[in-house]
Amino acid sequence: MTDVTIDLNGAKVSHAVEPRQTLADFLRELCGLTATHLGCEHGACGACTVLVDAQATRSCLQLAVMCDGRSVQTLEGLRNDPVMDVLKRHFHECHALQCGFCTPGMLITARDILRRLVKPEAQTVRHELSGQICRCTGYAGIVDAIVAAGQELA
Amino acid sequence: MKAAPFEYVRPGTLAEASAALGRDGITTAAIAGGQSLLPMLNLRVAFIDLLVDISRLEELRAVTETPDGLHIGALTTHAAIEDGKVPDLFGGLLRRVAGQISYRAVRNHGTIGGSVALADPAADWPGCLMALGASVRIAGRDGVRSEPVSEFVRDAYTTSLATGEIILGFDLPRPDAPLRWGFAKVARKSGAFASSIAFVVARGKGGPVSVVLTAAASRAHSCSQTAEQLEQGAGSDEALRRAIASDLLTFAQDADSYQQRLHTATILRAIREWRAQ
Repeated sequence: MTDVTIDLNGAKVSHAVEPRQTLADFLRELCGLTATHLGCEHGACGACTVLVDAQATRSCLQLAVMCDGRSVQTLEGLRNDPVMDVLKRHFHECHALQCGFCTPGMLITARDILRRLVKPEAQTVRHELSGQICRCTGYAGIVDAIVAAGQELA
Repeated sequence: MKAAPFEYVRPGTLAEASAALGRDGITTAAIAGGQSLLPMLNLRVAFIDLLVDISRLEELRAVTETPDGLHIGALTTHAAIEDGKVPDLFGGLLRRVAGQISYRAVRNHGTIGGSVALADPAADWPGCLMALGASVRIAGRDGVRSEPVSEFVRDAYTTSLATGEIILGFDLPRPDAPLRWGFAKVARKSGAFASSIAFVVARGKGGPVSVVLTAAASRAHSCSQTAEQLEQGAGSDEALRRAIASDLLTFAQDADSYQQRLHTATILRAIREWRAQ
């Protein structure tokens, strides 16, 4: 076991972990933060996307030991984030979720898109979202919500 | 799936990392971004005893521009290149290639060094670096050596990297005239490894042309007959198609008729983009 300390949502958190433990399992099992969802566990679905040092990151493709000393933000840590507030409202209004399984990864990715691109068009949003899989909505509502949030924030 | 158990070390120096990777009697692997290695470990198609974390070694981070060209440190991420944090001596080719690798969350961690070290037959960087005439700089227990990327990548998932050796970065020669390039990539699904990637690179008008095709065989290959056609200025599509067909016969004999049409199409698309520049 290896001791790992992570700045998690603004507070220092330490746990002893097996080297093979992913950041996703660290968050869910040791920290009880279950907004981060695990779909495929090999980087294909995007449900587990979190921020590591402010960069969008697949938490299933990150070992907890490698995050030692780094800063991690999950959806729980973005409760009072102004961009996330706007996104959540538009997700609600555009019916951008159905079962909700992909939603945490969608929201984190959407916030990352709006951080990098000003007023992205639907085509750009679709391309940027291509690493996030949703099996309910058909994506239309999600794309509409991100485009609308982008316009409001511009 | 979860990875099978392994040990983990994060050496503080290059020498310690090299020693850890070269430990006798065990299977070791270096990890930088881990965006290919971790899926392989999670799916249990790769097994290791010891994971050596090289992601914080400063020596692998340097990006320096010199009169001779550009050195890109092995730990440089696809996202850093996509965002233009690496000097652009190549008319925007590096940014274009970087931005089309996988997804942003993967590009934020995946590194150019890792891409070349893994040598996936469909990876973007080995072919791109070959087309640019780049060399790989490698640190080992006996010092530093350098080798053209075209020779470093031997076969599918096979390089000349010896036990205990670590890629420091890549040296890309400065073009002596403005670079003109074309790039075409076909993937069945956005972000997936490609079914075909073509690069056409030339220094100025009338300069030497390099045509490289990736994902057609176990490694990227130069298409020398197609390049020759382009250097001679021979323009007809028919002549180019014949040259591409004979290039494919030299390294992609197993390509079925769909793959032959696909590779021909990506090379022709890259040529069209190159000509338009």
